[in-house]
Amino acid sequence: MIPPAFDYVRPTGLDEAVRTLADAGEEAKVLAGGQSLLPLLRLRLAFPELVVDIGRIPGLRGVREDGDVLAIGALTTHHEVVHDPLVRRYAGLLAQATETVADPAVRHRGTLGGSLAHADPAGDLPAVALALDAELVAVGPGGRRTIPARDFFTDYLQTVLAPDELLVEVRVPKREGWGYRYEKFHRVAQSWAMVGVAALVRRDDGHIAEARIGLTNMGATPLRAAAAEEALAGAGDPDAVARAAQSAAEGTRPSRDASASPEYRAHLARVLTKRAVLAAAGMG
Amino acid sequence: MTDQAVAPEVGRARLRKEDARLITGQTNWTDNIDVPGLLHLAVLRSPMAHARIERVDVSPALERPGVVAAFTGRDLAGELGSLPCAWPVTEDMVLPDHPPLALDEVRHAGDPVAVVAARDRYAAADALEAIEVDYEPLPPVLDLEEALAEDAPLVHADKGTNRAYVWPLRTGEDYASVRQRADVVIKRRYRQQRLIPNAMEPRAVVVAPLAASGEYTVYSATQIPHILRIMLSTVTGIPEHKLRVVAPDVGGGFGSKLQVYGEEALALAIARKLGRPVKWTESRSEGYLATHHGRGMIQDIELAATREGRLLGLKVDLLADMGAYLMLVTPGIPILGAFMYPGIYKMDAYEFTCTGVFTTRTPTDAYRGAGRPEATYAIERMMDELAAEVGLDPVEVRRRNWIRHEEFPYTTIAGLTYDSGHYEAATDKALALFGYDELRAEQRERDERGDPVRLGIGVSTYTEMCGLAPSRVLRDLRYGAGGWEAASIRMLPTGKVEVVTGTSPHGQGHVTSWSQIAADVLGVPFEDIEVLHGDTQTAPQGMDTYGSRSLAVGGAAVHRAAEKVVEKARKVAAHLLEANEDDLEFTNGVFSVKGSPEARKTIQEIAFETFTSHDVPDGMEPTLNAEHVHDPENFSYPHGTHLCAVEVDTETGQTRIRSYVCVDDVGRVINPMIVEGQVHGGLAQGIAQALYEEAVYDTEGNLVSGTMADYLVPSAADLPEFVTDRTETPASTNPLGVKGVGEAGTIASTPAVVNAIVDALRPLGVHDVPMPCTPERVWEAIRSAQSSGTAQKEAPA
Repeated sequence: MIPPAFDYVRPTGLDEAVRTLADAGEEAKVLAGGQSLLPLLRLRLAFPELVVDIGRIPGLRGVREDGDVLAIGALTTHHEVVHDPLVRRYAGLLAQATETVADPAVRHRGTLGGSLAHADPAGDLPAVALALDAELVAVGPGGRRTIPARDFFTDYLQTVLAPDELLVEVRVPKREGWGYRYEKFHRVAQSWAMVGVAALVRRDDGHIAEARIGLTNMGATPLRAAAAEEALAGAGDPDAVARAAQSAAEGTRPSRDASASPEYRAHLARVLTKRAVLAAAGMG
Repeated sequence: MTDQAVAPEVGRARLRKEDARLITGQTNWTDNIDVPGLLHLAVLRSPMAHARIERVDVSPALERPGVVAAFTGRDLAGELGSLPCAWPVTEDMVLPDHPPLALDEVRHAGDPVAVVAARDRYAAADALEAIEVDYEPLPPVLDLEEALAEDAPLVHADKGTNRAYVWPLRTGEDYASVRQRADVVIKRRYRQQRLIPNAMEPRAVVVAPLAASGEYTVYSATQIPHILRIMLSTVTGIPEHKLRVVAPDVGGGFGSKLQVYGEEALALAIARKLGRPVKWTESRSEGYLATHHGRGMIQDIELAATREGRLLGLKVDLLADMGAYLMLVTPGIPILGAFMYPGIYKMDAYEFTCTGVFTTRTPTDAYRGAGRPEATYAIERMMDELAAEVGLDPVEVRRRNWIRHEEFPYTTIAGLTYDSGHYEAATDKALALFGYDELRAEQRERDERGDPVRLGIGVSTYTEMCGLAPSRVLRDLRYGAGGWEAASIRMLPTGKVEVVTGTSPHGQGHVTSWSQIAADVLGVPFEDIEVLHGDTQTAPQGMDTYGSRSLAVGGAAVHRAAEKVVEKARKVAAHLLEANEDDLEFTNGVFSVKGSPEARKTIQEIAFETFTSHDVPDGMEPTLNAEHVHDPENFSYPHGTHLCAVEVDTETGQTRIRSYVCVDDVGRVINPMIVEGQVHGGLAQGIAQALYEEAVYDTEGNLVSGTMADYLVPSAADLPEFVTDRTETPASTNPLGVKGVGEAGTIASTPAVVNAIVDALRPLGVHDVPMPCTPERVWEAIRSAQSSGTAQKEAPA
């Protein structure tokens, strides 16, 4: 790696980290697992003057129960998320989607918090956080605040986090008895999702009582497929699910790039929503 | 005492001698080489596809910390000639100047404009940002057909044309009259997308000068240390005998390191100018712009046949994308394919024309297969189209046309003489392993019940010409060098052996295979042999490694050199045993007198006796050495049958390879494990062209697929478990009976995969999917077939 020159600090506590970020302003970048920042540095697409390595700050790693919620430290690696028994029990969708992130080397370094703070709409976990109704806890000079995932992502690679705020915890409501499925469509195993659909389904008496659909890479931010969610309520058979899934791309603005056109992405969103919901509802 | 029979080394799946060193990191790649006082080079590259350089100012870079020197093209113009093209395919070929650093114009994104030498690599990279360049944009030239229009903007204005050459070949009967009597004429256009080679080790070069004697050592991650030495001497004016070129362990090439690169010449010129050692190593994304690309052709193919599916003639019109310059063998790559379009089939007429076209893109050149994958793709796709047209099974239409085993040696319509082959045997074995009939039955059943995931079966019965090459054939093709290979063998006083080869392995395992060959001939243990290569000082003579040539040409040279050692040793043994040479037997490294086995000398004893030379025959040189230069009498022609089953999800367009079976005939096998590895890697690269890889440019000529995030190289996770097997029909044109295997898998597999996809979709009215067959392209092909209403009710039988 031949990045541009930068200064490097490794604070040992949260307060120190926040102070350092506040002093540096816009010129600092936070380094967690490094799986997004380092490629940007290597390609000289990012020119931070200061890299703040938060990897040694205690207390930001691991999963614990907090009443009705799973509190997942921002520095918990993808690998740890995938294998955590609490996550597997209460937020299986998160474990399943995280298992599709890149490759094992990346999953051993990359972190849940880093992936959400980077806010790449092609990343798998932002859409999952939306579908799960996760809350994100940030610490800044003014103290802690909790941000619902639906308010967190503002634009391509943009979040509501201030330059001097650190994402420290991801809070996921515990769910039992919900069906789930993350359908990821990508061309080679280690590549980003061309489109991904995160489906959570609660069934009642053979019908879908409630569906929550997160969409990966269907716009500048992760999205919820609100129209499809509404149409899915009450669906009792595969045909009804297929019909409801037709509205999965409503309100999305997928991009055009070398791998797919917007039309094709919209088509994929509909097909993958159908498949994800059928699988989540056990109708597949 | 009886000699225990020793199992021959040839044919054993020996673990590679190279691997312990390579996989434990106990080696030096070029980038690991350090020399005291080393300076690091960084190259500033054009961000535009085509522009006039109005001004370049490197002086601000000189102000940057750690920077020692910076140069423009003008600064070095007096010290560097044009980069070489060794293959002027026609007498009137247009050969533009190719300065290692651009002078007045840049002609592709990535064309080098200036170079910085600094004390470390970071300083060099940072200093590039200070260099000021004013570009006056010129129109890019991207489309091969538009480039040939009268009023097209020119890549090289001084040449007056974008047409590099037109190379025709017409053999057999007149194609037009053969076409007249055909029942069936099929015309198709295929597109060979540009591919970017991805050797695991990027390119790198280190130059260490010895000012006092004017000598230079060039370390380069190259496939061709010997050719590079000659060419760098020509480009820089440094006398050849003052240049030593070393190819250390090299991590793959696939043809991309069969090149004389500007950076190699620049490094040498700057080391000379500054009197200091220099290093340059490319980054991956820099390599995507600056290392040559592969493929890049439009193929217009016409096939004439009878209604029984018998081929009458073939007409091929190629437009081949040269890119911005003609590099070492750029123009010859499509010409290597010219002889392979007829494949394994008999026909009466063949007409071929290739037009080389300049564009404002990275130059193309050899990439695994080099011309033959393109040819094989076209003919194997066309055979499937013919089968569909005349209502035959794709295997049957091939049977009706291929050369039968009893017809070898067979001179093809293109003029090559295939020495041996057995297409029936390879095909029968492959069909059985694949379960062809069962899969066809499943295909019908799934079609009938309207399964949205369709099954398709692809066939590819290929051959290829490799083992480059008979020198006289190269003369006829106007290639600038010969095709021989050199080997020498030294038996050391203690009985150990050094084999010196002119081949330059970069992953092929020559050290292991050459040891196996020499061990059998000399009767010495495999472990007692060292193979030296890749350094013009220790292996001064060679033509290097490319074109699946190393074993058939270089291995044959090792074999013959070893035989010469034994012949020499036999004379010494006869002298010492006081016997007639004809009365000596030589088995497992022991000379013994027939009828009196107690009278014996081991070859190791002979080596020591020859070393002391106290008692050798009169006139015998005091060494047990021999060398041999082998010029092949013919190419080698591996062949095989590849079968691919795919499942195509018609809802998403995604293709999944369900099974892949190949039966290759590469002649006699030296090391089955190495052959297996070559086949696996070759398949991966051929499948990559079919499904994944493409160098994508935007309308301005920028490379869009500029990193590995956008240029999709598949990994093991994306590929099926390959079922590989072999038939073994020895080549009759080299003493080992071997054929090349380095490119066969790549050549064969691409059409097998695309044929399978088209086979899955043909009942829907789809006749082609352009490569790479991305999910979106498959989805589009289905949609457009459905909207044009061409879907058939039933699949062809």
